[in-house]
Amino acid sequence: MTKTPPSHDAGPIRMSLSSRFENIELAQHLCGKLLDGREVSEETKHWLLMALREALANAIKHGNRQDVSKRIHVEMDVVGGNLQISIRDEGEGFDPATVEDPLAPENRLKTSGRGIFYMKTFMDDVRFRRLEGGGMEIVLTKNLGSGKEKEGNRT
Amino acid sequence: MKANVREVQGVAVVDLKGKITIGSGDVQLREVINGLVEKGKKNILINMQEVTTIDSSGIGELVGCYTSVTNKGGKLKLLHLPPKINDVLTVTQLITVFDVYESESEALATYAA
Repeated sequence: MTKTPPSHDAGPIRMSLSSRFENIELAQHLCGKLLDGREVSEETKHWLLMALREALANAIKHGNRQDVSKRIHVEMDVVGGNLQISIRDEGEGFDPATVEDPLAPENRLKTSGRGIFYMKTFMDDVRFRRLEGGGMEIVLTKNLGSGKEKEGNRT
Repeated sequence: MKANVREVQGVAVVDLKGKITIGSGDVQLREVINGLVEKGKKNILINMQEVTTIDSSGIGELVGCYTSVTNKGGKLKLLHLPPKINDVLTVTQLITVFDVYESESEALATYAA
């Protein structure tokens, strides 16, 4: 008898999205589906989906500069209890070291510059890599049982 | 995002509903608040009770609104902050910037003080 595999055996999700903000929720929805059937708290899910939103918004706005002819490449998978999300844009890339600290008093009331901070706050690991052919890759990792969220802990 | 403005005791109470996220509500929030400022409204209370999602762009606009109202000599305060939006403001240390209230009548009374 053939059994329907549980949703957590869905395997990696790979997609290529046009640079439109409307696609953020599509990616969030699919990430939610990847987590279906796994023991992930609603709290953890909420915050990792927010981090995903921030990473995609950055890639669309700052990476591809909303050029709809450029794509956002997303890969998501759960490996060994860790959710791993890779997001690649086709922009010019940037040096993460130049990103200012939004908690510094002089930056506190700025209208932008918090996206990467939120990603680092709500995920366990955030890595940036300039791609050889141009563009930037950001890899977000979250241990699905780690419970690290909203602590303001940027380790 | 939907925004409804009520005038209560000389305060413009802005009831927001839905998402304040990039490309969907962030610029709209700025336009609503700037419109009130242009009409000379200096006392503004934003009711966040029915805001479902906010992101860094929405937070940025909220901060921008706070600054523009304050620079005009006005007061922008927040009402009924949902717990997760409270968390988002807390981790970026913005919760101390805004005056936040759980009761509309209590919030309105502070404008008269």
